[in-house]
Amino acid sequence: MGRFEPQPIDAPGKDFSLATKTEPGQLVTHGQKSPLLTVIQFIMDQRTLIILILLCAVVGYLIPSFLTGKNLLNVMRQVSITGIVAVGMTFVIITGGIDISVGSTVALSSVVAAAALKQGLGIPASIVLALMSGIAVGLFNGTLIAYGRVLPFVATLGTMYVIRGVALIVTQGEAIWDLPKSFLTIGTGYWLGIPIPVIITLVVYLLGHFLLNNFTFGRYVLGIGGDEESARLCGVGVKRIKLYTYGLCGLLAGLAGVVLAGRLGSGQPSVGVGYELTAIAAAVIGGNSLTGGRGTVLGTLIGALILGVVSNALNLWGVASFWQTVISGGIVLIAVLADTLRRRRAR
Amino acid sequence: MANNGVNSSQPIVRMEHVTKHFGGVYAVRDVSFGLYPGEVLALVGDNGAGKSTLVKILSGAYLADEGEIYIRDTKVRIENPMHARRLGIETIYQHLALMNNLDIAANIFMGREIRARSPLGRLGLMNLREMRNKSVRLLEGFEIIVPDPKREVENLSGGQRQIVTISRAIYFQAQVIIMDEPTAALGVSETRKVYEFIHRLKEQGIAIIIISHNINEVFDVADRFLVLKTGGLVGIRRKDETSIDQIVTMIISGKADSG
Repeated sequence: MGRFEPQPIDAPGKDFSLATKTEPGQLVTHGQKSPLLTVIQFIMDQRTLIILILLCAVVGYLIPSFLTGKNLLNVMRQVSITGIVAVGMTFVIITGGIDISVGSTVALSSVVAAAALKQGLGIPASIVLALMSGIAVGLFNGTLIAYGRVLPFVATLGTMYVIRGVALIVTQGEAIWDLPKSFLTIGTGYWLGIPIPVIITLVVYLLGHFLLNNFTFGRYVLGIGGDEESARLCGVGVKRIKLYTYGLCGLLAGLAGVVLAGRLGSGQPSVGVGYELTAIAAAVIGGNSLTGGRGTVLGTLIGALILGVVSNALNLWGVASFWQTVISGGIVLIAVLADTLRRRRAR
Repeated sequence: MANNGVNSSQPIVRMEHVTKHFGGVYAVRDVSFGLYPGEVLALVGDNGAGKSTLVKILSGAYLADEGEIYIRDTKVRIENPMHARRLGIETIYQHLALMNNLDIAANIFMGREIRARSPLGRLGLMNLREMRNKSVRLLEGFEIIVPDPKREVENLSGGQRQIVTISRAIYFQAQVIIMDEPTAALGVSETRKVYEFIHRLKEQGIAIIIISHNINEVFDVADRFLVLKTGGLVGIRRKDETSIDQIVTMIISGKADSG
């Protein structure tokens, strides 16, 4: 078909320089910024990180027991499971979508892992099976959304109920207990004094960060979020990328389910309720715009930590858990409002 | 088609009896033309004449219902925009097909990123530095001041945005460049630059199709004019055998009068 394959302009023997020589300095203008502007820019770019640091400082000042290594690791461990889910959610949100089925997927995966272990399948095989169940849910969502053109919210709302039902049917509503001791290490063990769930979470964030910024997949995710039609015209397989994005989100929800099963020592069909909201909240607080196109994986990590620190501080303070829900919800509303105002000002 | 040729070489692209309808409405009806290396073909006509539909068939956005497309005498079926690009046909869309949230380099290379040479490149690991360097070199070919390629495209002026899309087409060595109202969003000096640029592309043997509402503006740059009215071909005229007035008459009347 291709009679002439396009070649890069710097192919040997080709002179494609289309203009006369000009002063180099004229062409690339980086702009002279005043130091004050640079500082303001830095604060704006890193605002969530600065909020997190200030929050830790204030809480640490008010509650001395907060800033101990043990407590901080505890915060991170509490954040880890929804934190893993939030990475997948970040990719989905950047495409302009949403996945509210992740909580059910976590439950399904924990149940699959536990059931496989009870069948004597061995730890690696059981984990792979659980992850695959997560991918399957994600690809199902992705198919509905990318190829069936169902609204992401509606598609994943349906899946949320279906998958929760499947998890309940498989277990007949009962938790699966008595998992092998060595499996529980995934949820309760330590490596070099750091809880294993925290290590897994940090690795997931690091990989997610590189996937988004250094791989074509991440670039296409950003491109789709920026302008889906333009991305399509540039030759991006928009449907395929969306399918994979939901598949990735399902995979990470599956991983969170495995870690959760390890921590609880059981596979439970009713866990994970509300995880989708925590994950969405972490992404939004971390600066991901719900309209898509804008966001970072590390921002989501900071968002997840802000939520974790607030919840931990309220616990240490002895604030009733009902109030904690109200406060967490309030933080999300503030983050969404801030994003909306920022975009309106940018217009 | 030989009677339309501006030179003796064979056409790069030939469209034969191309028809496209949406429901019962014909957007393009039985249009045939050839496009030759190094020529600028202006597609002119009123709103709804079928100009955009015709080029979208060539750029892979629409599939023709009837008719054939030949590229250098090979019959092709252009399935999608990526396929068109692989065939050497680049399109610069009116709304520019830019992703505002991404930087200049990301936009230039969108869909065709340079990958790392390591095995991870096969998995999609990009060579960000090389893409950035190549973008800088590419943009330095323009005399228009362009900002740092790490800047997001939404911060650019209309002319700078246009330059990014043209760079994209140039970089991948298009044989045919389709420009849909390329200067609609540009100021006077930027428009002049774009036309200057089109001359340079011609010298490289690239064929250019320009869609324009402004006949006065394209009259200087174009070699031939393809006039459409309500989806049908009114006529094709070489610049040396016609005048602005005659083209305008053809657009309005829809008749290829003598001249």
